[in-house]
Amino acid sequence: MLKINNLHVSVGDKPILKGLTLDVPAGEVHAIMGPNGAGKSTLGYALSGRPGYEATEGSVEWAGEDLLALEPAERAAKGVFLSFQYPIEIPGVPALTFVRTALNAQKRARGEEEVAAPAFLKLVREASKALKMDFDMLKRPLNVGFSGGEKKRMEILQMALLEPSLLILDETDSGLDIDALRIVSEGVNALRRPDRAMLVITHYQRLLDYIKPDRVHVLAGGRIVASGGPELALQLEAEGYDKYLPPVLEGAA
Amino acid sequence: MSAAFNIDLTDAESFPSRRNEAWKYSDLKRWLREAPQPSPTAAVGAPGPFYDLGGDAIVFANGRAVGVTDFIASGEQTLRLRYISDAVGTGHSAGARVAVRAGAKLLLLETHEGAGSAYVAHNTLELDVAAGAEVTRVVLVEEPEDAISVSEAHVKVEAGGVYRQTIIATGAKLQRIETRLSHFAQGAHVQADGLYLLNGSRHTDLTSVVRHMEHDGTTSQLIKGVARDTARGVFQGKIVVERGADGTDARMGHHALIASERAEIDAKPELIIYADDVQCAHGNTVGTLDESALFYMEQRGIPAEEARALLTQAFLIEVIDRIEHEGAREVAREWLTARL
Repeated sequence: MLKINNLHVSVGDKPILKGLTLDVPAGEVHAIMGPNGAGKSTLGYALSGRPGYEATEGSVEWAGEDLLALEPAERAAKGVFLSFQYPIEIPGVPALTFVRTALNAQKRARGEEEVAAPAFLKLVREASKALKMDFDMLKRPLNVGFSGGEKKRMEILQMALLEPSLLILDETDSGLDIDALRIVSEGVNALRRPDRAMLVITHYQRLLDYIKPDRVHVLAGGRIVASGGPELALQLEAEGYDKYLPPVLEGAA
Repeated sequence: MSAAFNIDLTDAESFPSRRNEAWKYSDLKRWLREAPQPSPTAAVGAPGPFYDLGGDAIVFANGRAVGVTDFIASGEQTLRLRYISDAVGTGHSAGARVAVRAGAKLLLLETHEGAGSAYVAHNTLELDVAAGAEVTRVVLVEEPEDAISVSEAHVKVEAGGVYRQTIIATGAKLQRIETRLSHFAQGAHVQADGLYLLNGSRHTDLTSVVRHMEHDGTTSQLIKGVARDTARGVFQGKIVVERGADGTDARMGHHALIASERAEIDAKPELIIYADDVQCAHGNTVGTLDESALFYMEQRGIPAEEARALLTQAFLIEVIDRIEHEGAREVAREWLTARL
């Protein structure tokens, strides 16, 4: 279970998250919705430990660990996975090499046995088939020359292989057409398990038609300002975020 | 063959200083004020990195030839050229001459294998590539961090000859690896690649002068390097296209990563063109490791140090991938990977 308590995060000198409190029990999917600039991506980066995103106050506990005290790679080994809104291209490192290096680094960190190449290839073949990915593509440098949809599938493939227990999906629907959105969502839904928690960060309600959340939270001005069931997403879609935005002062020029 | 090597380790007057434009970034005189005492004899120990690829060998140990110093290649041959240094505070010079007959094919595997400390080495190679001959030269340079070395190669490529070289250097206190190459006749093809990977306070200087003297020659040069800590990488690449060398196609690229705030890269690409109908281009970039790529890799569980090494290797490997000969390429790849 993820417990975020009164989290304050600054980027440079600028406070972005200002006292965010949120609990996500294992087995549940929680959606974080909010207007642009609310701090949605910052939350994903802060949970995964991106340099430059400094927690100035508050705490984050994941599976009994103080997450904020760990290096990004240590958090990954504890099961934290951030699916990037814009997955990074890594020239010179084939996708297969990358994922195997990551998987074995995580296993080493957990004191587990590494996966040998033949067993790994078998896992990848099965997982890529389920996502309708061309296996040959995985021999190319990671994400280099991949379309937006291919990059997102690559993220889901990594999730399937790395088997994280806390999944953070940052705007996973951006740049996807409706077919790609369905394939990616099916990939995510296949990963739902009683021992896994998911945080789905999105601006639009559309993604939640495919990945059904247990709870929906509205993030505005760096805090959770409203929480509810799936119907809250529909309400936001109909009414917009206006009522959660800071009031404009009368007469201010 | 005319010797054009001006440095004489027994004569301190011959050591260039930064007052000499070509030695601006590698001031030999500063580190070497006096002629070093001559090195004693040394034993040839380990068989060298390219041993498994077989072939003939020219071996120097502390400058002394163990067997022949000259080699004439015909047919298809492999030659291992080994400059072994194992000395403490002394100096030695070695010179090899290699001629490759018309139509012959030579794989030249050169290693600078340094042990001991604070030695001074001066190595020279004269290499003639006859018409239609093909040479692949791969050079691995590994020396102690307090050694000083200057290596010079003079290469002459005749009509339709093909010459490819890849220099892989890890630096020393001062290390200069210079190639002077002439497209001596028409239609020669040259690839003059190199890479450097420098730690600590190491210094390496890859200098090359490629002269197109006749028409329709091609030159392709890709140099990549990484400087960490307080290391310093120097690339000086000059391509001269002489009057009448029409149809020349020359491309030069130098790309380096600075992996620490105190590391330094000095690059001086020069294209000097006296002919009309030529295509020449150069590109030079110096940057740092991509922080967002590093974070992405760490987020997937790859520890920071391992992520840096992987990105560094990915950056440099392009040079290795261009090595034509598969066996040599794989030795070079392993050699580099072991030193990341």
